[in-house]
Amino acid sequence: MPHFAKPPAGSWTEQYPELGTAPVDYTDSIDPAHYEAEREAIFKKTWLNVGRVELLPKTGSYFTKELPVADTSLILVRGKDKVVRAFHNVCRHRGNKLVWNDYPQEEVKGTCRQFTCKYHAWRYDLEGKLTFVQQENEFFDLDKADYGLKDVRCEVWEGFIFVNLDPDAAPLKEYLGEMAEGLEGYPFHEMTEVYTYKAEIGSNWKLFIDAFTEFYHAPVLHQKQAVKEEADKLMGYGFEALHYQLFGRHSMISSWGGMAPPKDPNMVKPIERVLRSGLFGPWDRPDVQGLAPEDLPPAINPSRHRSWGTDSFEFFPNFTLLFWAPGWYLTYHYWPTAVNKHIFEANLYFVPPKNARERLAQELAAVTFKEYALQDANTLEATQTMVNSRAVTDFPLCDQELLLRHLHHTAAEYVKKHKERTDVAAH
Amino acid sequence: MSLPTEFAALEPYLEWDLATEAERYARRLASSMAEMQAFYDVAFPLLEDAIAYCDKFPLSDLPDDARTLMHLMQSLVMVSFPVEVWKQARVPDSGAAQIGLLVEPVI
Repeated sequence: MPHFAKPPAGSWTEQYPELGTAPVDYTDSIDPAHYEAEREAIFKKTWLNVGRVELLPKTGSYFTKELPVADTSLILVRGKDKVVRAFHNVCRHRGNKLVWNDYPQEEVKGTCRQFTCKYHAWRYDLEGKLTFVQQENEFFDLDKADYGLKDVRCEVWEGFIFVNLDPDAAPLKEYLGEMAEGLEGYPFHEMTEVYTYKAEIGSNWKLFIDAFTEFYHAPVLHQKQAVKEEADKLMGYGFEALHYQLFGRHSMISSWGGMAPPKDPNMVKPIERVLRSGLFGPWDRPDVQGLAPEDLPPAINPSRHRSWGTDSFEFFPNFTLLFWAPGWYLTYHYWPTAVNKHIFEANLYFVPPKNARERLAQELAAVTFKEYALQDANTLEATQTMVNSRAVTDFPLCDQELLLRHLHHTAAEYVKKHKERTDVAAH
Repeated sequence: MSLPTEFAALEPYLEWDLATEAERYARRLASSMAEMQAFYDVAFPLLEDAIAYCDKFPLSDLPDDARTLMHLMQSLVMVSFPVEVWKQARVPDSGAAQIGLLVEPVI
Protein backbone atom coordinates (compact mmCIF):
# COMPACT_ATOMS: atom_id res chain seq x y z
CA MET A 1 0.00 0.00 0.00
CA PRO A 2 1.76 3.19 -1.14
CA HIS A 3 2.02 6.04 1.35
CA PHE A 4 2.43 8.59 -1.43
CA ALA A 5 0.44 8.74 -4.67
CA LYS A 6 1.97 7.24 -7.81
CA PRO A 7 1.43 8.92 -11.19
CA PRO A 8 -1.53 7.85 -13.41
CA ALA A 9 0.75 5.57 -15.47
CA GLY A 10 0.70 3.31 -12.39
CA SER A 11 4.36 3.75 -11.57
CA TRP A 12 7.06 6.38 -11.93
CA THR A 13 9.03 4.15 -14.28
CA GLU A 14 6.17 3.38 -16.67
CA GLN A 15 5.82 7.09 -17.47
CA TYR A 16 9.00 6.59 -19.50
CA PRO A 17 8.32 3.60 -21.77
CA GLU A 18 11.74 3.90 -23.47
CA LEU A 19 13.29 2.67 -20.21
CA GLY A 20 11.18 -0.49 -19.94
CA THR A 21 10.80 -2.36 -16.68
CA ALA A 22 13.04 -5.36 -17.42
CA PRO A 23 16.10 -6.26 -15.35
CA VAL A 24 19.13 -4.10 -16.22
CA ASP A 25 22.40 -5.48 -17.57
CA TYR A 26 25.30 -4.18 -15.45
CA THR A 27 28.05 -5.25 -17.85
CA ASP A 28 28.36 -1.50 -18.52
CA SER A 29 30.01 -1.19 -15.10
CA ILE A 30 32.66 -3.88 -15.51
CA ASP A 31 33.57 -4.00 -19.21
CA PRO A 32 36.88 -2.15 -19.91
CA ALA A 33 35.97 -1.61 -23.59
CA HIS A 34 32.67 -0.02 -22.61
CA TYR A 35 34.50 2.22 -20.14
CA GLU A 36 36.85 3.41 -22.91
CA ALA A 37 33.80 4.14 -25.06
CA GLU A 38 32.22 6.14 -22.22
CA ARG A 39 35.33 8.29 -21.93
CA GLU A 40 35.09 9.28 -25.60
CA ALA A 41 31.32 9.50 -25.90
CA ILE A 42 30.49 11.06 -22.54
CA PHE A 43 33.39 12.64 -20.68
CA LYS A 44 34.98 14.25 -23.74
CA LYS A 45 31.62 15.47 -25.07
CA THR A 46 29.49 16.73 -22.18
CA TRP A 47 29.53 19.71 -19.83
CA LEU A 48 31.38 18.83 -16.62
CA ASN A 49 31.16 20.88 -13.46
CA VAL A 50 34.58 21.60 -11.96
CA GLY A 51 33.63 23.83 -9.03
CA ARG A 52 32.15 27.16 -8.06
CA VAL A 53 33.13 30.75 -8.81
CA GLU A 54 33.97 31.33 -5.12
CA LEU A 55 37.10 29.24 -5.78
CA LEU A 56 38.24 32.08 -8.06
CA PRO A 57 37.51 35.19 -5.97
CA LYS A 58 39.75 37.70 -7.76
CA THR A 59 41.85 38.46 -10.82
CA GLY A 60 44.63 35.87 -11.03
CA SER A 61 42.90 33.28 -8.82
CA TYR A 62 43.36 29.86 -10.35
CA PHE A 63 43.01 26.15 -9.66
CA THR A 64 43.91 23.07 -11.62
CA LYS A 65 41.57 20.16 -12.29
CA GLU A 66 42.92 16.74 -13.11
CA LEU A 67 40.69 14.92 -15.62
CA PRO A 68 42.28 11.52 -16.19
CA VAL A 69 38.96 10.32 -17.61
CA ALA A 70 39.48 12.77 -20.48
CA ASP A 71 43.29 12.40 -20.61
CA THR A 72 43.97 15.95 -19.53
CA SER A 73 44.54 18.47 -16.77
CA LEU A 74 42.94 21.91 -16.89
CA ILE A 75 43.75 25.36 -15.52
CA LEU A 76 40.77 27.43 -14.41
CA VAL A 77 41.62 31.09 -13.98
CA ARG A 78 39.93 34.47 -13.53
CA GLY A 79 41.35 37.01 -15.98
CA LYS A 80 41.94 40.77 -15.68
CA ASP A 81 38.53 41.22 -17.30
CA LYS A 82 37.03 39.06 -14.45
CA VAL A 83 36.06 36.33 -16.94
CA VAL A 84 36.63 32.72 -15.83
CA ARG A 85 38.51 30.72 -18.48
CA ALA A 86 39.72 27.15 -18.85
CA PHE A 87 42.91 26.01 -20.57
CA HIS A 88 44.63 22.71 -21.07
CA ASN A 89 47.43 22.66 -18.51
CA VAL A 90 50.17 22.24 -21.10
CA CYS A 91 53.03 24.54 -22.16
CA ARG A 92 52.99 25.19 -25.89
CA HIS A 93 56.76 24.85 -26.14
CA ARG A 94 57.33 21.14 -25.58
CA GLY A 95 54.38 19.84 -23.65
CA ASN A 96 55.43 20.24 -20.05
CA LYS A 97 52.63 20.51 -17.56
CA LEU A 98 52.41 24.24 -16.92
CA VAL A 99 50.92 24.60 -13.42
CA TRP A 100 51.82 22.16 -10.65
CA ASN A 101 53.80 22.10 -7.42
CA ASP A 102 55.87 19.23 -6.08
CA TYR A 103 53.77 16.44 -7.53
CA PRO A 104 52.58 16.79 -11.14
CA GLN A 105 49.43 14.69 -10.54
CA GLU A 106 48.18 16.74 -7.59
CA GLU A 107 45.68 19.54 -8.02
CA VAL A 108 46.85 23.00 -6.93
CA LYS A 109 45.28 26.40 -6.37
CA GLY A 110 46.49 29.92 -5.75
CA THR A 111 46.76 33.42 -7.12
CA CYS A 112 49.26 34.68 -9.68
CA ARG A 113 49.92 37.45 -12.19
CA GLN A 114 50.95 35.10 -14.96
CA PHE A 115 51.85 31.44 -15.54
CA THR A 116 55.55 30.60 -15.98
CA CYS A 117 56.62 27.18 -17.18
CA LYS A 118 59.10 25.45 -14.85
CA TYR A 119 60.97 24.00 -17.81
CA HIS A 120 62.10 26.90 -20.05
CA ALA A 121 60.33 29.88 -18.46
CA TRP A 122 57.80 30.52 -21.20
CA ARG A 123 55.18 32.88 -19.77
CA TYR A 124 51.44 33.22 -20.36
CA ASP A 125 49.11 35.94 -19.14
CA LEU A 126 45.85 35.28 -17.29
CA GLU A 127 43.94 35.27 -20.58
CA GLY A 128 46.23 32.55 -21.98
CA LYS A 129 48.34 34.67 -24.34
CA LEU A 130 52.03 33.76 -24.68
CA THR A 131 53.91 36.84 -23.44
CA PHE A 132 57.52 35.73 -23.07
CA VAL A 133 59.80 33.23 -24.78
CA GLN A 134 63.23 32.59 -23.31
CA GLN A 135 65.90 33.32 -25.98
CA GLU A 136 63.18 34.10 -28.45
CA ASN A 137 65.69 34.87 -31.24
CA GLU A 138 66.85 31.21 -31.23
CA PHE A 139 63.47 30.13 -32.64
CA PHE A 140 62.46 30.01 -36.28
CA ASP A 141 59.66 32.32 -37.42
CA LEU A 142 57.92 32.00 -34.06
CA ASP A 143 54.93 34.32 -33.72
CA LYS A 144 53.89 34.40 -30.06
CA ALA A 145 50.31 35.10 -31.13
CA ASP A 146 50.14 31.55 -32.50
CA TYR A 147 51.19 29.94 -29.24
CA GLY A 148 48.67 30.93 -26.61
CA LEU A 149 47.39 28.31 -24.18
CA LYS A 150 44.96 25.87 -25.74
CA ASP A 151 41.57 26.90 -24.45
CA VAL A 152 38.65 24.75 -23.39
CA ARG A 153 34.97 25.68 -23.50
CA CYS A 154 34.08 27.17 -20.12
CA GLU A 155 30.70 28.57 -19.08
CA VAL A 156 29.12 29.46 -15.76
CA TRP A 157 25.59 28.69 -14.54
CA GLU A 158 24.42 30.09 -11.17
CA GLY A 159 28.04 30.31 -10.04
CA PHE A 160 28.88 26.74 -11.07
CA ILE A 161 31.83 26.54 -13.49
CA PHE A 162 31.45 23.98 -16.28
CA VAL A 163 33.92 22.89 -18.94
CA ASN A 164 33.43 20.95 -22.15
CA LEU A 165 36.29 19.39 -24.11
CA ASP A 166 34.21 19.34 -27.26
CA PRO A 167 34.68 22.69 -29.08
CA ASP A 168 31.46 22.03 -31.03
CA ALA A 169 29.27 21.38 -27.98
CA ALA A 170 25.95 23.21 -27.67
CA PRO A 171 25.98 26.05 -25.08
CA LEU A 172 25.84 25.09 -21.40
CA LYS A 173 22.36 26.57 -20.81
CA GLU A 174 20.96 24.45 -23.59
CA TYR A 175 22.69 21.34 -22.23
CA LEU A 176 21.44 21.87 -18.67
CA GLY A 177 17.96 22.61 -19.97
CA GLU A 178 14.69 22.91 -18.13
CA MET A 179 15.82 21.21 -14.93
CA ALA A 180 18.53 23.80 -14.30
CA GLU A 181 16.18 26.63 -15.20
CA GLY A 182 13.85 25.50 -12.45
CA LEU A 183 16.65 25.87 -9.89
CA GLU A 184 17.70 29.38 -10.82
CA GLY A 185 17.43 31.92 -8.04
CA TYR A 186 18.38 29.56 -5.19
CA PRO A 187 20.73 31.57 -2.92
CA PHE A 188 23.84 29.54 -3.80
CA HIS A 189 26.02 32.64 -3.43
CA GLU A 190 25.04 32.99 0.25
CA MET A 191 26.32 29.50 1.09
CA THR A 192 30.04 29.97 1.26
CA GLU A 193 30.89 27.88 4.34
CA VAL A 194 32.29 24.82 2.58
CA TYR A 195 33.35 21.32 3.63
CA THR A 196 35.13 19.41 0.84
CA TYR A 197 35.49 15.62 1.03
CA LYS A 198 37.37 13.32 -1.28
CA ALA A 199 37.65 9.54 -1.49
CA GLU A 200 39.05 6.93 -3.80
CA ILE A 201 36.32 4.42 -4.44
CA GLY A 202 36.83 0.91 -5.80
CA SER A 203 33.83 0.91 -8.08
CA ASN A 204 32.62 2.06 -11.45
CA TRP A 205 31.47 5.69 -11.32
CA LYS A 206 27.87 4.77 -12.12
CA LEU A 207 27.58 2.49 -9.10
CA PHE A 208 28.07 5.36 -6.64
CA ILE A 209 25.53 7.48 -8.48
CA ASP A 210 23.22 4.45 -8.23
CA ALA A 211 23.80 4.35 -4.48
CA PHE A 212 22.96 8.02 -3.99
CA THR A 213 19.96 8.24 -6.32
CA GLU A 214 17.82 5.70 -4.55
CA PHE A 215 16.84 5.87 -0.89
CA TYR A 216 15.33 2.36 -0.98
CA HIS A 217 18.56 1.33 0.83
CA ALA A 218 18.36 3.98 3.55
CA PRO A 219 16.20 2.24 6.18
CA VAL A 220 18.31 -0.91 5.79
CA LEU A 221 21.98 0.01 5.29
CA HIS A 222 21.79 2.95 7.70
CA GLN A 223 19.41 1.45 10.25
CA LYS A 224 21.89 1.62 13.11
CA GLN A 225 22.16 5.40 12.69
CA ALA A 226 18.69 5.94 14.11
CA VAL A 227 17.56 5.07 17.63
CA LYS A 228 16.16 1.51 17.83
CA GLU A 229 12.39 2.16 17.77
CA GLU A 230 12.77 4.69 14.99
CA ALA A 231 14.91 2.30 12.94
CA ASP A 232 12.30 -0.47 13.29
CA LYS A 233 9.55 1.90 12.22
CA LEU A 234 11.53 3.12 9.19
CA MET A 235 12.28 -0.45 8.14
CA GLY A 236 8.55 -1.26 8.39
CA TYR A 237 7.61 1.69 6.16
CA GLY A 238 10.38 1.12 3.65
CA PHE A 239 11.07 4.06 1.38
CA GLU A 240 8.90 5.88 -1.12
CA ALA A 241 9.83 9.12 -2.82
CA LEU A 242 7.43 12.03 -3.12
CA HIS A 243 8.25 12.61 -6.75
CA TYR A 244 10.54 11.61 -9.59
CA GLN A 245 11.11 13.42 -12.85
CA LEU A 246 13.35 12.88 -15.85
CA PHE A 247 14.50 15.81 -17.97
CA GLY A 248 16.08 14.17 -21.00
CA ARG A 249 19.60 13.26 -19.87
CA HIS A 250 19.09 14.70 -16.37
CA SER A 251 16.84 13.53 -13.55
CA MET A 252 15.60 14.31 -10.06
CA ILE A 253 14.16 12.60 -6.98
CA SER A 254 12.18 14.41 -4.31
CA SER A 255 11.95 12.88 -0.87
CA TRP A 256 10.18 13.40 2.44
CA GLY A 257 12.10 13.89 5.62
CA GLY A 258 10.59 14.54 8.98
CA MET A 259 13.80 14.69 10.98
CA ALA A 260 14.56 18.39 10.93
CA PRO A 261 13.20 19.00 13.48
CA PRO A 262 11.71 15.62 14.43
CA LYS A 263 8.10 15.41 15.62
CA ASP A 264 9.27 13.67 18.79
CA PRO A 265 12.71 14.63 20.16
CA ASN A 266 13.13 11.08 21.50
CA MET A 267 13.43 9.90 17.89
CA VAL A 268 16.91 11.38 17.66
CA LYS A 269 20.23 11.10 19.44
CA PRO A 270 21.01 13.22 22.53
CA ILE A 271 23.63 15.35 20.72
CA GLU A 272 21.10 16.11 17.97
CA ARG A 273 18.57 17.29 20.54
CA VAL A 274 21.04 19.75 22.06
CA LEU A 275 22.59 21.00 18.82
CA ARG A 276 19.31 20.90 16.86
CA SER A 277 21.00 19.31 13.88
CA GLY A 278 21.64 15.97 12.21
CA LEU A 279 21.77 14.27 8.83
CA PHE A 280 19.27 16.72 7.35
CA GLY A 281 21.36 19.62 8.61
CA PRO A 282 20.76 22.31 11.22
CA TRP A 283 17.04 22.38 12.01
CA ASP A 284 16.83 26.16 12.13
CA ARG A 285 16.73 27.73 8.69
CA PRO A 286 19.31 30.49 8.16
CA ASP A 287 18.03 34.00 7.77
CA VAL A 288 18.67 34.59 4.06
CA GLN A 289 16.29 35.41 1.24
CA GLY A 290 14.92 32.59 -0.88
CA LEU A 291 14.91 29.65 1.53
CA ALA A 292 11.38 29.74 2.91
CA PRO A 293 9.23 26.91 1.42
CA GLU A 294 7.15 29.35 -0.62
CA ASP A 295 10.26 31.14 -1.95
CA LEU A 296 12.09 28.07 -3.26
CA PRO A 297 12.58 27.86 -7.03
CA PRO A 298 9.88 25.76 -8.75
CA ALA A 299 12.07 22.70 -9.43
CA ILE A 300 12.70 22.19 -5.70
CA ASN A 301 9.97 20.23 -3.90
CA PRO A 302 7.98 20.10 -7.17
CA SER A 303 4.98 18.45 -5.52
CA ARG A 304 5.02 21.24 -2.86
CA HIS A 305 4.58 18.53 -0.24
CA ARG A 306 4.48 19.55 3.42
CA SER A 307 6.65 16.58 4.41
CA TRP A 308 9.36 17.50 1.93
CA GLY A 309 12.89 16.90 3.20
CA THR A 310 15.42 16.74 0.37
CA ASP A 311 15.73 16.84 -3.43
CA SER A 312 18.55 15.36 -5.46
CA PHE A 313 19.20 16.63 -9.00
CA GLU A 314 21.42 14.48 -11.22
CA PHE A 315 23.13 16.44 -13.96
CA PHE A 316 24.44 13.96 -16.50
CA PRO A 317 27.01 12.61 -16.38
CA ASN A 318 28.58 13.05 -12.95
CA PHE A 319 27.30 16.08 -11.02
CA THR A 320 24.68 15.98 -8.27
CA LEU A 321 23.03 18.97 -6.59
CA LEU A 322 21.22 18.02 -3.41
CA PHE A 323 19.04 20.44 -1.45
CA TRP A 324 17.90 20.00 2.14
CA ALA A 325 14.70 21.51 3.51
CA PRO A 326 16.40 23.34 6.41
CA GLY A 327 18.34 25.55 3.98
CA TRP A 328 21.67 24.19 2.76
CA TYR A 329 22.90 22.11 -0.14
CA LEU A 330 25.64 19.74 -1.17
CA THR A 331 27.24 18.57 -4.38
CA TYR A 332 28.67 15.23 -5.46
CA HIS A 333 31.12 14.60 -8.28
CA TYR A 334 32.19 11.19 -9.52
CA TRP A 335 35.46 11.30 -11.51
CA PRO A 336 36.28 7.97 -13.17
CA THR A 337 39.90 6.82 -13.12
CA ALA A 338 39.35 3.24 -14.40
CA VAL A 339 36.43 0.95 -15.17
CA ASN A 340 36.39 -0.15 -11.52
CA LYS A 341 37.66 3.02 -9.79
CA HIS A 342 36.73 6.62 -9.36
CA ILE A 343 37.39 9.66 -7.20
CA PHE A 344 34.35 10.74 -5.25
CA GLU A 345 34.08 14.38 -4.18
CA ALA A 346 31.46 15.91 -1.94
CA ASN A 347 31.04 19.54 -0.97
CA LEU A 348 28.69 20.72 1.77
CA TYR A 349 27.61 24.36 1.50
CA PHE A 350 26.16 26.29 4.44
CA VAL A 351 25.36 29.92 5.13
CA PRO A 352 28.37 31.06 7.24
CA PRO A 353 27.52 30.56 10.94
CA LYS A 354 27.01 33.70 13.00
CA ASN A 355 27.98 32.14 16.33
CA ALA A 356 29.23 29.02 18.13
CA ARG A 357 25.75 27.49 18.30
CA GLU A 358 25.29 27.63 14.52
CA ARG A 359 28.87 26.51 13.95
CA LEU A 360 28.44 23.37 16.09
CA ALA A 361 25.11 22.58 14.43
CA GLN A 362 26.95 22.59 11.07
CA GLU A 363 29.77 20.54 12.59
CA LEU A 364 27.27 17.83 13.56
CA ALA A 365 25.74 17.84 10.06
CA ALA A 366 29.22 17.48 8.51
CA VAL A 367 30.29 14.69 10.88
CA THR A 368 26.99 12.87 10.29
CA PHE A 369 27.43 13.19 6.54
CA LYS A 370 30.76 11.37 6.73
CA GLU A 371 29.36 8.55 8.91
CA TYR A 372 26.74 7.82 6.25
CA ALA A 373 29.06 8.27 3.29
CA LEU A 374 31.56 5.77 4.72
CA GLN A 375 28.87 3.11 4.85
CA ASP A 376 27.74 3.93 1.33
CA ALA A 377 31.30 3.93 -0.04
CA ASN A 378 32.24 0.60 1.47
CA THR A 379 29.19 -1.15 0.08
CA LEU A 380 30.23 -0.15 -3.44
CA GLU A 381 33.46 -2.08 -3.51
CA ALA A 382 31.53 -5.18 -2.46
CA THR A 383 29.06 -4.58 -5.29
CA GLN A 384 31.78 -3.98 -7.89
CA THR A 385 33.63 -7.22 -7.13
CA MET A 386 30.47 -9.32 -7.30
CA VAL A 387 29.10 -7.70 -10.47
CA ASN A 388 32.57 -8.32 -11.87
CA SER A 389 32.19 -12.05 -11.21
CA ARG A 390 29.57 -12.11 -14.01
CA ALA A 391 27.86 -14.85 -12.01
CA VAL A 392 24.80 -12.63 -12.41
CA THR A 393 24.56 -9.96 -15.13
CA ASP A 394 20.98 -8.71 -15.02
CA PHE A 395 19.44 -7.04 -12.00
CA PRO A 396 15.79 -6.17 -11.33
CA LEU A 397 15.38 -2.50 -10.48
CA CYS A 398 12.26 -1.38 -8.65
CA ASP A 399 10.17 1.73 -9.17
CA GLN A 400 12.16 3.56 -6.46
CA GLU A 401 15.28 2.90 -8.57
CA LEU A 402 14.03 4.78 -11.63
CA LEU A 403 17.00 7.16 -11.65
CA LEU A 404 19.45 4.22 -11.81
CA ARG A 405 17.61 2.71 -14.75
CA HIS A 406 17.67 6.11 -16.41
CA LEU A 407 21.39 6.69 -15.76
CA HIS A 408 22.51 3.37 -17.25
CA HIS A 409 20.14 3.86 -20.17
CA THR A 410 21.35 7.42 -20.86
CA ALA A 411 25.04 6.48 -20.64
CA ALA A 412 24.47 3.54 -23.00
CA GLU A 413 22.62 5.81 -25.45
CA TYR A 414 25.54 8.26 -25.50
CA VAL A 415 27.94 5.42 -26.25
CA LYS A 416 25.67 3.99 -28.94
CA LYS A 417 25.13 7.34 -30.71
CA HIS A 418 28.82 8.18 -30.53
CA LYS A 419 29.66 4.83 -32.10
CA GLU A 420 27.12 5.42 -34.88
CA ARG A 421 28.66 8.83 -35.62
CA THR A 422 32.24 7.58 -35.64
CA ASP A 423 31.27 4.54 -37.75
CA VAL A 424 29.67 6.86 -40.32
CA ALA A 425 32.73 9.11 -40.27
CA ALA A 426 35.01 6.13 -40.82
CA HIS A 427 33.20 5.04 -44.01
CA MET B 1 44.43 27.55 32.86
CA SER B 2 43.82 26.83 29.20
CA LEU B 3 40.05 26.69 29.77
CA PRO B 4 37.63 29.19 31.35
CA THR B 5 37.45 28.36 35.09
CA GLU B 6 33.84 27.16 34.97
CA PHE B 7 34.96 24.43 32.54
CA ALA B 8 37.83 23.14 34.69
CA ALA B 9 36.25 19.67 34.68
CA LEU B 10 37.42 19.38 31.06
CA GLU B 11 41.10 19.95 31.91
CA PRO B 12 41.90 16.19 31.92
CA TYR B 13 40.64 15.97 28.33
CA LEU B 14 42.81 18.63 26.70
CA GLU B 15 44.24 16.06 24.30
CA TRP B 16 40.93 16.59 22.49
CA ASP B 17 41.84 20.25 21.88
CA LEU B 18 42.24 19.60 18.17
CA ALA B 19 41.61 22.21 15.48
CA THR B 20 40.98 20.00 12.44
CA GLU B 21 38.59 17.19 11.61
CA ALA B 22 41.49 14.99 10.48
CA GLU B 23 43.08 15.22 13.95
CA ARG B 24 39.78 14.64 15.74
CA TYR B 25 38.91 11.66 13.55
CA ALA B 26 42.38 10.15 14.01
CA ARG B 27 42.12 10.49 17.80
CA ARG B 28 38.69 8.88 17.75
CA LEU B 29 40.07 5.87 15.86
CA ALA B 30 43.02 5.67 18.26
CA SER B 31 40.84 5.85 21.42
CA SER B 32 39.15 3.10 23.39
CA MET B 33 35.42 3.23 24.04
CA ALA B 34 36.16 3.74 27.75
CA GLU B 35 38.26 6.82 26.97
CA MET B 36 35.63 8.32 24.69
CA GLN B 37 32.81 7.50 27.13
CA ALA B 38 34.70 9.24 29.97
CA PHE B 39 35.24 12.36 27.86
CA TYR B 40 31.62 12.33 26.65
CA ASP B 41 30.25 11.91 30.19
CA VAL B 42 32.04 15.07 31.32
CA ALA B 43 31.67 17.14 28.13
CA PHE B 44 28.07 16.45 27.12
CA PRO B 45 26.44 18.00 30.21
CA LEU B 46 28.60 21.12 29.62
CA LEU B 47 27.64 21.53 25.95
CA GLU B 48 24.88 24.12 26.47
CA ASP B 49 27.04 26.15 28.87
CA ALA B 50 30.01 25.96 26.49
CA ILE B 51 27.91 27.33 23.64
CA ALA B 52 26.61 30.13 25.85
CA TYR B 53 30.18 30.98 26.90
CA CYS B 54 31.58 31.01 23.35
CA ASP B 55 28.64 33.01 22.06
CA LYS B 56 29.78 35.95 24.20
CA PHE B 57 32.50 36.48 21.57
CA PRO B 58 32.51 36.84 17.79
CA LEU B 59 33.13 33.40 16.27
CA SER B 60 35.94 34.78 14.14
CA ASP B 61 37.74 36.28 17.13
CA LEU B 62 37.50 33.86 20.05
CA PRO B 63 39.91 34.30 22.97
CA ASP B 64 42.29 31.34 23.39
CA ASP B 65 40.35 29.68 26.21
CA ALA B 66 37.08 29.88 24.27
CA ARG B 67 38.78 28.49 21.19
CA THR B 68 40.04 25.52 23.21
CA LEU B 69 36.52 25.04 24.54
CA MET B 70 35.14 25.08 20.98
CA HIS B 71 37.69 22.49 19.88
CA LEU B 72 36.64 20.26 22.79
CA MET B 73 32.99 20.63 21.80
CA GLN B 74 33.86 19.76 18.19
CA SER B 75 35.59 16.67 19.55
CA LEU B 76 32.45 15.90 21.57
CA VAL B 77 30.52 15.93 18.30
CA MET B 78 33.18 13.61 16.84
CA VAL B 79 32.84 11.02 19.65
CA SER B 80 29.05 11.29 19.82
CA PHE B 81 28.53 8.66 17.13
CA PRO B 82 30.78 6.03 18.77
CA VAL B 83 29.30 6.73 22.22
CA GLU B 84 25.62 7.26 21.40
CA VAL B 85 25.22 4.83 18.53
CA TRP B 86 28.02 2.59 17.33
CA LYS B 87 29.56 1.39 20.63
CA GLN B 88 32.80 1.26 18.63
CA ALA B 89 35.19 3.88 17.22
CA ARG B 90 34.79 2.94 13.58
CA VAL B 91 31.66 3.36 11.53
CA PRO B 92 30.17 -0.17 11.25
CA ASP B 93 30.28 -1.71 7.80
CA SER B 94 32.75 0.90 6.60
CA GLY B 95 35.57 -1.63 6.10
CA ALA B 96 38.50 -0.21 4.18
CA ALA B 97 36.59 2.86 2.99
CA GLN B 98 38.23 6.21 3.73
CA ILE B 99 36.92 9.68 3.14
CA GLY B 100 39.18 12.66 3.68
CA LEU B 101 38.02 16.15 4.57
CA LEU B 102 40.22 18.37 2.40
CA VAL B 103 38.76 21.80 2.99
CA GLU B 104 36.97 22.86 6.18
CA PRO B 105 36.38 25.97 8.22
CA VAL B 106 38.91 25.86 11.09
CA ILE B 107 38.31 27.68 14.34
